[in-house]
Amino acid sequence: MSTDDNGDKENMETKTTPSSLSSVASSSKRKVVNTKAMGTGLEARGVHAWFGKHHALADVSLDFAAGTVTALIGPSGCGKSTFIRTLNRMHEFIPSAAMAGQVILDGKDIYDPSVDVTKIRLQIGMVFQKPNPFPSMTIGENVLSGLKLAQLKTENKDDLLEECLVKAGLWNEVKDRLNAHGGSLSGGQQQRLCIARSLAVRPQVLLMDEPCSALDPGSTLRIEETIEELSSSMTIVIVTHNMQQAARVSDYTAFFLSDGGPGQMIEMAPTNEIFARPRDKRTENYVTGRFG
Amino acid sequence: MTMKTDTQAKTYQNVQPKRPWQASVKDRVTTAIVLAIAIISATLLVKVTGLSGKLGFFFAFVLIFVALTSGRQYRRFGSASAKDALVNTLVAAGTFLTLIPITSIIFEVFSKGYKGIYLGLFTSDMSLNSPNDPANVGGLGHAIIGTLILVAIALVISVPIGILTALYLTEIKGRFSQPIRFLVQAMSGVPSIVAGLFILSAILYPITKQNSALLGSLSLAILMIPTVARTSEEVLNLIPNDLREAGVALGGTQWRTVAMIVVPAAKSGLLTAVILGVARIAGETAPILLLAGGGDRFNFDPFNGPMGSLPYFIWNSFKSGTPESIARAWTGLLVLLVVLLFLFSAARFLGNRKVGK
Repeated sequence: MSTDDNGDKENMETKTTPSSLSSVASSSKRKVVNTKAMGTGLEARGVHAWFGKHHALADVSLDFAAGTVTALIGPSGCGKSTFIRTLNRMHEFIPSAAMAGQVILDGKDIYDPSVDVTKIRLQIGMVFQKPNPFPSMTIGENVLSGLKLAQLKTENKDDLLEECLVKAGLWNEVKDRLNAHGGSLSGGQQQRLCIARSLAVRPQVLLMDEPCSALDPGSTLRIEETIEELSSSMTIVIVTHNMQQAARVSDYTAFFLSDGGPGQMIEMAPTNEIFARPRDKRTENYVTGRFG
Repeated sequence: MTMKTDTQAKTYQNVQPKRPWQASVKDRVTTAIVLAIAIISATLLVKVTGLSGKLGFFFAFVLIFVALTSGRQYRRFGSASAKDALVNTLVAAGTFLTLIPITSIIFEVFSKGYKGIYLGLFTSDMSLNSPNDPANVGGLGHAIIGTLILVAIALVISVPIGILTALYLTEIKGRFSQPIRFLVQAMSGVPSIVAGLFILSAILYPITKQNSALLGSLSLAILMIPTVARTSEEVLNLIPNDLREAGVALGGTQWRTVAMIVVPAAKSGLLTAVILGVARIAGETAPILLLAGGGDRFNFDPFNGPMGSLPYFIWNSFKSGTPESIARAWTGLLVLLVVLLFLFSAARFLGNRKVGK
């Protein structure tokens, strides 16, 4: 198994020097292929979220089509991360949290009482802001940890290990030291290890909560390549503070904003439209950097 | 690129690695002089004034040394540096002060205990000997076995309970967390005699009506559980929440996540908790006296009959009062120290093995 790393890299490098954000976005042409393996996407209907009495997110409805990359942008505290955590039921880990609305996967609300939450999280994977490889495990064990955690069987672990690391763009760097500690990798490598780890359980949807915010530009580039490659086989939702990144990697962009009250989704559109012809004045202010 | 190859080609023969931040020869000489002045003036002070003894000398020395060092730093770099030197010297003195009793205890135990060490000590018991017998007759094999059995049973009981309690407090965070945390803290102050009396009145008198190691271990477990639970709780609280979220986000149940990720990540700290727990109970005498009953012969059955232990052996030998038995008590102390050292080193060694093949 080998990646066409070089080809991808050239593509990305030309894209990282944009004359303007909208030209970058429009240059990314991606066919939306709906296959069975990637499921039917994800749909949020009227999602609200609370922390105790604090209403953090109000009435967000978003449709994530299968095989697309959707970027969630907006200033800090606008509810992006809260929203993405409602999409795979991580929101409920905060003791005072509450929510309303529906999140539909495969035609079924993931908050339905009859749903096994661990199965949901297998289908909707997550990559966190800070790289968090499991410290007690080697690189190889980290990648396959999801299988052990969820007690899944696989015929050929070595193939899966290689496949996931190749997809995450890490294989060439770690193939000779799969038994080393995850902590021995650099920050960017650790984050790609975390991506490989979440791929091993073969999710339909991958949620990424500011996956590059703690990384250097080189590692960020590698992860963007990875997202590009993954998007052909799964639905990706990425929270980012970096608008260039949103423009580079996403097909659709949703802009979130809080006007002092709960965070709201202001507008969602194909990424090139959001950056070139935003419908809402507030979106325009934000994407053009006029937002205070 | 060309610059890079240039710098790589150079050999830098005339540059030597130096450590300019280290003390120079002049600094060291000055420190030695200051030290000498402090020692001499402390000696004089002890001779001239009412101060007396080693303790008086030590305090006089520390005060003079601190004053001189700080004064010197003040003249060189000002008051902030002087304060830094002051605290540094006090910390060093505190460390030294802590080491004095520890080293003197170890030294005392070794110097008085080593004479009694001979091979038969570990293979025989005291059942056929009187306290007046010389040190090269009889042994404490029964006490070593007794200590190991008592500690092992207490370990088996209290480690699961202690760690599960800690997991309840840190992972489940249930409704009863607060009262349980309070109870555990209160229990960690329970005197060992109370734990012993509790088992005595709750089990020995009404039910078994005879001494056994199991009852001794039960009371030791009462003492050990709070130590294990509290230390484990502290350790588990240090595990970043990111790891728990990552485990759950991969489709693990809470139990799988805790067992596969949280506990392994805390392994070294949990081991420390167990070691502290063993340290709490290994030297206990009172519960052994009440429940295991002591005894001076080999007994490998934890369910029947009295069983000795090293602390009991030491106590009993001192109590007998003959010079021979007191010598034997010192040997027992030495053996207890070595047994504990061995147990803790083995635990550390097993716990620190690297993951991976």
